[in-house]
Amino acid sequence: MAQVEILESPASSPPQAHGGERKWTDYFTFSTDHKVIGIQYMVTGFIFYLIGGVLATMIRTELATPQPDFVTPEAYNGIMTLHGTVMLFLWIVPVGAGLANYLIPLMIGARDMAFPRLNAIAFWMIPPSGILLVSSYFFEAPSAGWTSYPPLSVNTGLVGQGIWILAILVGGTSSILGGLNFAVTMLKMRVPGMTLFKMPLFCWSMLATSMLILIGTPVLAGALILLAFDLFAGTSFFNPAGGGNPVLFQHLFWFYSHPAVYIFVLPLFGAISDVIPVHARKPIFGYQAIAFSSFAISFLGLIVWAHHMFTSGTPPWLRMFFMITTMIIAVPTGIKIFGWLATLWRGKIAYTSAMLFSMGFIATFTIGGVTGVMLAAVPFDIHVHDTYFVVAHFHYILFGGAVFGVYMSVYHWFPKMTGHMMNEFWGRVHFVLTFIGMNLTFMPMHELGLMGMNRRVALYDPQFTDLNVMATIGAYIMAVSTIPFIINAVWSWRYGPKAPANPWRALTLEWQTTSPPAIENFDELPVLKTGPYDYGLGYIPEIDPPELYGKQVSEPTAS
Amino acid sequence: MKIPSSILTMLAGVTLTLVSLWYGQNHGLMPVAASHEAELVDELFDAMMVISVGLVILVEGVLIIAAIRFRRRDGDETDGPHIEGNVPLEILWTSIPTVIVLGISVYSFSLYQQMGGLNLSNQAADAGAVEVAYASDNSSNSGHLASAGIGLTQGMGDQPPVAVNVKALQYAFVFTYPESGVISGELKVPANRGVNLSMEAQDVIHAFWVPELRLKQDVVPGETTELSFIATREGTYPIVCAELCGPYHGAMRSQIQVQSPDEFDAWMQSQIASQDNAVETVAAAPAAERSDADYLAPLAQPLNLDVEADALAQLQAPAHSHEHPHYQMAARID
Ligand SMILES: [Cu+2]
Repeated sequence: MAQVEILESPASSPPQAHGGERKWTDYFTFSTDHKVIGIQYMVTGFIFYLIGGVLATMIRTELATPQPDFVTPEAYNGIMTLHGTVMLFLWIVPVGAGLANYLIPLMIGARDMAFPRLNAIAFWMIPPSGILLVSSYFFEAPSAGWTSYPPLSVNTGLVGQGIWILAILVGGTSSILGGLNFAVTMLKMRVPGMTLFKMPLFCWSMLATSMLILIGTPVLAGALILLAFDLFAGTSFFNPAGGGNPVLFQHLFWFYSHPAVYIFVLPLFGAISDVIPVHARKPIFGYQAIAFSSFAISFLGLIVWAHHMFTSGTPPWLRMFFMITTMIIAVPTGIKIFGWLATLWRGKIAYTSAMLFSMGFIATFTIGGVTGVMLAAVPFDIHVHDTYFVVAHFHYILFGGAVFGVYMSVYHWFPKMTGHMMNEFWGRVHFVLTFIGMNLTFMPMHELGLMGMNRRVALYDPQFTDLNVMATIGAYIMAVSTIPFIINAVWSWRYGPKAPANPWRALTLEWQTTSPPAIENFDELPVLKTGPYDYGLGYIPEIDPPELYGKQVSEPTAS
Repeated sequence: MKIPSSILTMLAGVTLTLVSLWYGQNHGLMPVAASHEAELVDELFDAMMVISVGLVILVEGVLIIAAIRFRRRDGDETDGPHIEGNVPLEILWTSIPTVIVLGISVYSFSLYQQMGGLNLSNQAADAGAVEVAYASDNSSNSGHLASAGIGLTQGMGDQPPVAVNVKALQYAFVFTYPESGVISGELKVPANRGVNLSMEAQDVIHAFWVPELRLKQDVVPGETTELSFIATREGTYPIVCAELCGPYHGAMRSQIQVQSPDEFDAWMQSQIASQDNAVETVAAAPAAERSDADYLAPLAQPLNLDVEADALAQLQAPAHSHEHPHYQMAARID
């Protein structure tokens, strides 16, 4: 526990003239600084997001016509499998871990995570996991979808499927180590005076996320290890050819993978709860309700898994039980959405890129939420299960919720992370393109599914062509929309105007240190002067104490 | 000349309700309903659409109004009012969604009961219930659920249900009528009479889905899954495999033809007659048989199946004692 010593040692180091800015080479080292690790996670995740995005664009190109003419159906299934797996395990999970790594110690006034070395190990498992996963495509591409249901997954591509399993196991281990680290850090290392109920809501959502990771991920690991035995050792846990039960795999898989959806979105629920109050200059509405709803979601999230299996031959009582638990999960989710809306109401809303993305988040996530309630209704789900309606639903959750949330977080915390402001004009262009592209891609899929188009197909009934063309155009717009973002981020990181310590005049602790923060975050342990959301009480956030900046501070560029 | 905001709010509420009610009934997002139970599902969907559209318009509306009304004016560096919450309001927006989702649950539950989903506990009471899907595990507790389904269908009409064995394999459905031994590449059923599907998968998991019946059931290797329904609307509808089963999953389709009882009987008789000939000469396959081949041809073509469509049809013809090797040949692709 080297960390404890660091905490106790007096803050003797002199103020850093350059605000702790890192050399670019630091990001390629085995650094134990949580800020370096956070950025490592996020940049790595983003690279995989681009890979997943290229795959998505290929999928949409194939589906622009009913015939399998762009790639072969075999290649299509491999691409589709890789797209799902990369986006979930190498983009959303790492980027959430990256945000948590960067923000948690800063938000609670700690100098690092509880286990810095473990933290670095957890990150350095991601690149090998990703390389394995992507390379699996070139050895008998796994093509059973990210759900890898047996017996299909044990019948096709032996080596590829094996590498795929290994990649997920490595990624899952990384996720468990991360979850453990976040929980211990938040429970043990808060600055004096910060009770649990004075933590920013991002921390609450990460506590709930960590709980899900620690309970769910080992079950997925177990299921995949058994699947690997079926693959390589000829056992028959799930393989009906030897008397195994393929439906058992589905239970184990979804026991993790439904909570996983909340592992994907809960960090962003937390982030938006911290971004909206800042850009609307108003306290979060219903702090405790939002904090507890994270836990209600993660608890309920553990007992809804079989709603993915209403057509799998599950007994009727089970369908009814999981229908009701799934329905009820809408209530804590609704509490959050209404809380965010009420925070905006009567606020002073600045149209920053971060705020635009958080409004896009609410707008699209709500649609994913109501279709989620529809899907919970068993008689209706039996019709639309495994159709494009489901594809539309989870993209409204995962793109509308998670990806919009990530972009929002980047625009909000980029000045803190890099010490430079991003360009707001191009941020707004990015938002508009993403929002249009996203809805154009995924809205028509609702109708496709209802009308009879099944998912995971390389060829389809020509009657569905028009809506598919529309979705493909939307996908191209989304692909284009990333270009202004990438240029903006790269350019701003290097040439953007210097960021002040607190460009958004926020009250949480991460804004009380320099941008970027010093190596150990705070030169002196910060003192809690206000709650995280005490807007409207006359507190004026300190603006750039000159001793933190020395000569390099330029005039604030807050918008 | 300012209209009081309470009146504006009320007008907005009325408009919202009317728009949701109208759209919920007129969305046109579902294919035709070919059975009574499909109509029930549509009623549930319509009701959910009314609520969902209302909720989405409400949320998006509040968002847009807030974005316009509460935008920050240039140069305004002050904060908004310090409002940390409002307990009565929070109770309201917790309890209303709770009531809504519990209402949808109860509605779905009773609908599911009407469809026969809970027939185990309530078999006799649900004389009208047929549309249901459930599994019975071959290895244990054999046929318990399945027998309940058959019982149900018998309670339905004066005629016994039509029994059909469904074999799902990469990338086709094969339908066998066990009473007559007739084998077909597409499913023909009489209207207004119970149909009882007993489904098995040969290789991987498939799913039997007829969008017009709003009915879907996975077909799992090593298990027999049952599906019962009564189609009420004559016509031809697609049968779609809904569970990823390999590269040509998208081509794994067939048709269900809901015919008048007379047409169905005539077709059945012609099949029985042709079956006797089929053993002698395949080349002289009767028209009905050839139509299967014709149907399978477009399937085989884009798939580069290793077999001719005709051969695929032939393989099904002598399958009186249908054994696995036939299907494996039919299913092999390169
Ligand atoms: Cu299939």
